[in-house]
Amino acid sequence: MTTVKPSGDKPNLPPTSRLIEVFIMGKSYKVPETLTIQKAIEWAGFQFIRSCGCRGGICGACPTIYRTKDDYKLKVGLACQTVAEDGMYLVQLPFVPVQKAIYNIEEEKATLAAIEKHYPETFRCVQCNTCTKACPMDIEVMQYIAEIIKGDYKKAAELSHSCIMCGMCAARCPAELQQFNVAMFIRRMYGRYVLPKAEHLKNRVEDIEAGKYEPMLDELQQVSSGELVKRYKEREWEPEPYEVPDWKPKDTKYL
Amino acid sequence: MEVSYFPGCTLKQTAKNFETSAISSSKLLGIELKELSRWNCCGTVYSLATDDSMHHLAPIRNLIRVQEEGSKEVVTLCSMCYNTLKQANELVRAEPDRLQKLNDFMYLEEDYKPDLEVYHLVTYIKDNVGYEKLKDKVTNPLSGLKVAVYYGCLLLRPDSIKLDDRENPRIMEDMMEALGAEVIDFPYHNECCGSYHTLGKRDLVIERTNKIISEAKLDGADVLVLSCPECDFNLDHRQKNTLEKYPSFETMPVLYFTQLMNIALGGDLADCGFELNYIDPIPLLKDKGILK
Repeated sequence: MTTVKPSGDKPNLPPTSRLIEVFIMGKSYKVPETLTIQKAIEWAGFQFIRSCGCRGGICGACPTIYRTKDDYKLKVGLACQTVAEDGMYLVQLPFVPVQKAIYNIEEEKATLAAIEKHYPETFRCVQCNTCTKACPMDIEVMQYIAEIIKGDYKKAAELSHSCIMCGMCAARCPAELQQFNVAMFIRRMYGRYVLPKAEHLKNRVEDIEAGKYEPMLDELQQVSSGELVKRYKEREWEPEPYEVPDWKPKDTKYL
Repeated sequence: MEVSYFPGCTLKQTAKNFETSAISSSKLLGIELKELSRWNCCGTVYSLATDDSMHHLAPIRNLIRVQEEGSKEVVTLCSMCYNTLKQANELVRAEPDRLQKLNDFMYLEEDYKPDLEVYHLVTYIKDNVGYEKLKDKVTNPLSGLKVAVYYGCLLLRPDSIKLDDRENPRIMEDMMEALGAEVIDFPYHNECCGSYHTLGKRDLVIERTNKIISEAKLDGADVLVLSCPECDFNLDHRQKNTLEKYPSFETMPVLYFTQLMNIALGGDLADCGFELNYIDPIPLLKDKGILK
């Protein structure tokens, strides 16, 4: 009988699965192979209070710093996406301390002066690229910092777009930059002042504010739960990959 | 001819007129400055500490970008970028161990093989076009314009990267003469402008600006010509503060050499970007009959 009681999602292990040794914060644990780091930690008996979010590789809450057997390289991955390996040393880093600039978006512009004001350390970058090596999303972090310094905010916004704000770049930076926050600032400025306004979004918000969808919601609140389940199951999907031009559902009364 | 071109951050921000005038005038000389598709800050200041490798990553990474594009030459404009890139290139040539260390650190990049050359645009034009041919291409000679050429520190020092003789350089003077200007003897051509003290010790820079510009005036110059956005900021924009401190100070237009080259070669006036010059040179250039 094992004394370790797994928590969280119950792992679905292949019958041939053997035990491997992982070192969680330096202490040895035997866990079945094929588990993600996240599930391995839970298997070992830990319960996540922080450092765990969507479990789907999107939210950025679960970065792990680790070294694998016989390799000096310090690696970074999301615990929910990275498979545990035999001989791995690891620790979770739930939060990276950074200063978040507080500003009124209506009073800011993406300029050299604004970056100097909110994130002056950006210009300390020595282009060592440690941030890029530390990014679990394979973002070219150093390159977007270079674009910010040279004033190409469009490129910086595009390069940093898939950032999940896990903070590993800032944790590893020898020049003490706060990469993911300055990138967020740039993307906000870019979205606010450079990208064209989405007309359809504006129209939809106006529809919502005018109460167009209220009766539909009211109606849904009146129906029985059985009817709700039925409607949910029978709901119509737009065919993926959304390539049919001018596609419309059969029932158009809610459009 | 097409050549890889490293602009540097300042030319994309506050010294846009340096870049636009350089691209325009180079084109008129048959040189296509092809900006590297990917580049980062040059490193800004070449690190002199012998045990400091970290600050050489930036310049060497840029040289790897040049290498990636299959180029053997890279041209740059800003004195600071030129100095840093070229000194770093010389360093790794002289110290293979250092190069190995830098290559090991940048293991995601291809190894740098230090067999490419860093050029300043002035040298590139002199070597590849020649001042005789440059003179032939002049359609609007800078006749009657008295020019003081200012090198500052970074184009002449140290010895390994100097554009020309450290004490008596002629390379920019000869270029100005080829463009039809009259070059005056200017003993402060390699004085320091005060550089980054402009941020913390503005008064120090005001003293430098007062000394350098007043000397140029005394020597009979109409304009000061240079190749460094930092010197340009101190010697042009800080004239405002100099005038506030010394009301009898006489202002003088300060120009990038590319701006004058663009005018002399008949380039588009808009590419000179004179609106970014603090002391407007247009009235003077009109007075001399160089601009209509």
